Amino acid sequence: MSSEQTTKSPSNLVVLGSSAANGGDGLSEASCCCGPTRIIKVIQHPLCVCQPWIAGTLEASLRTVPVAKTKLQLRDVLGGWKVRWGIGRMRYQIAPGLYAVGQPNRESPVLVSANYKLSFDCLRKQLGGLHAWILVIDTKGINVWCAAGKGTFGTDEIAGRVNANRLDEIVSHRTLIVPQLGAPGVAAHRAKELCGFRVVYGPTRAKDLPAFMAAGMKATPEMREVDFNLLERIAVIPVELMHWAKWAFLVAACLLMLSGINKGGYSWNKVSSTGLLAGLVFLGTWLAGTVLSPILLPWLPGRAFSLKGLWLGVWLLFGLLAFCPILRENWLSVIGWGLLIPTTTSFVTMGFTGSSTYTSLSGVRREMRRAVPLQLIGIVGGIAAWLAGRFI
Amino acid sequence: MVLRYLRDVVTLKLDTSRCIGCGMCVNVCPHAVFRLESRIVTIADRDACMECGACAKNCPTSALSVQAGVGCLTAIIRGALSGGEPDCDCSSGSSCC
Ligand code: SF4
Ligand code: SF4
Repeated sequence: MSSEQTTKSPSNLVVLGSSAANGGDGLSEASCCCGPTRIIKVIQHPLCVCQPWIAGTLEASLRTVPVAKTKLQLRDVLGGWKVRWGIGRMRYQIAPGLYAVGQPNRESPVLVSANYKLSFDCLRKQLGGLHAWILVIDTKGINVWCAAGKGTFGTDEIAGRVNANRLDEIVSHRTLIVPQLGAPGVAAHRAKELCGFRVVYGPTRAKDLPAFMAAGMKATPEMREVDFNLLERIAVIPVELMHWAKWAFLVAACLLMLSGINKGGYSWNKVSSTGLLAGLVFLGTWLAGTVLSPILLPWLPGRAFSLKGLWLGVWLLFGLLAFCPILRENWLSVIGWGLLIPTTTSFVTMGFTGSSTYTSLSGVRREMRRAVPLQLIGIVGGIAAWLAGRFI
Repeated sequence: MVLRYLRDVVTLKLDTSRCIGCGMCVNVCPHAVFRLESRIVTIADRDACMECGACAKNCPTSALSVQAGVGCLTAIIRGALSGGEPDCDCSSGSSCC
């Protein structure tokens, strides 16, 4: 990237802000800084240019603005994987403030982003070859969509950042490009009153940004719409797996221990034979439900997620009954598993209402009112029947 | 394959008498719920609404109202346990942007 070569390299211009200078943005410099540094200039955010994703700095209106790389490095990609698997997710944030990509000037567009590093990475990797300013606002390290729902990605925060960074000195125009997914938290007409900048909503996907800007900040209807395609559905699997893992293992452990109970008292032999298998069957059901339900979502019958999950469970049940004779030990065991497996997949599938991009709160509430009592009956009844089967 | 959620459940309301046809709601809606027809907006696809609240928040004349929130099982459970509103703890949505 030619723009990255023309900017100064981090090693010969060290910029280090103190968190006191900007009122303590909640990002500790201790975690981001390396080695002894020479303080040349204090800029507005507690930023250390030895962050690997910073290409250098540029001067604008007597200020030093860090320039972000537009190519992700291996460690950015690995970091993204880590947060998807829920490892240290809450700490994946960058300092709020003004950044640049390429060599922006006074006419260059200003893009607003969240200070969740994944959101920022997702944005900058689409901006190769472009010259733009990025105003990163403080969403407490949460992505644009969720932060907008909570209100942390909001009108006041944007206007506050615009004013604090004296954006009017940096650019001559008065337009902010805000991601459309931030719209639930932002009132465009109020932003204009608060900071003098007009809000234009950009496309829902960062990859459409170059086309959007080339078209004179006009989005096509396709750019405005959110879908939930196969890749997005697969991408949410890890979060959901990590989310319910401890409960799934807990239930499996219960089945393991309970399996020792029989007419003759408690048998450790049973635990290591049927118990182990029962635990594995349950874990397998949970795993299959979590992995298959988002993938098969459009093809599972019904609209309610609990219903879609139920179907998946029924198919799974027949498969397991056919291949695992242990489930067919006796008729009570068949009833027990017949309740337990579809209920589990039904519940697991309902969990995806959170990461899906088309379910409404009123809809999920209605679905839960109907499904959760039935699921409770299913799980308790299933375990009871299976337990009763131990005495036959 | 279009994914659709439950029918006749969303709280979206439009007060046509206040609408000035600015088209802002058409712009912000991620599910193409509105259609702009002869300087006034109509709800063309009500069941597609996910109650994100973007339209109501950005309508300059408050012609739109919707009980906005996150349609998320975990959030509702968390909210119910703490006796409050649904509380979203997700910091990683499906779309990373
Ligand atoms: S944003 Fe409000 S005023 Fe504008 S078109 Fe939509 S409903 Fe009408
Ligand atoms: S609440 Fe969101 S999804 Fe529903 S109509 Fe408004 S903008 Fe569209």
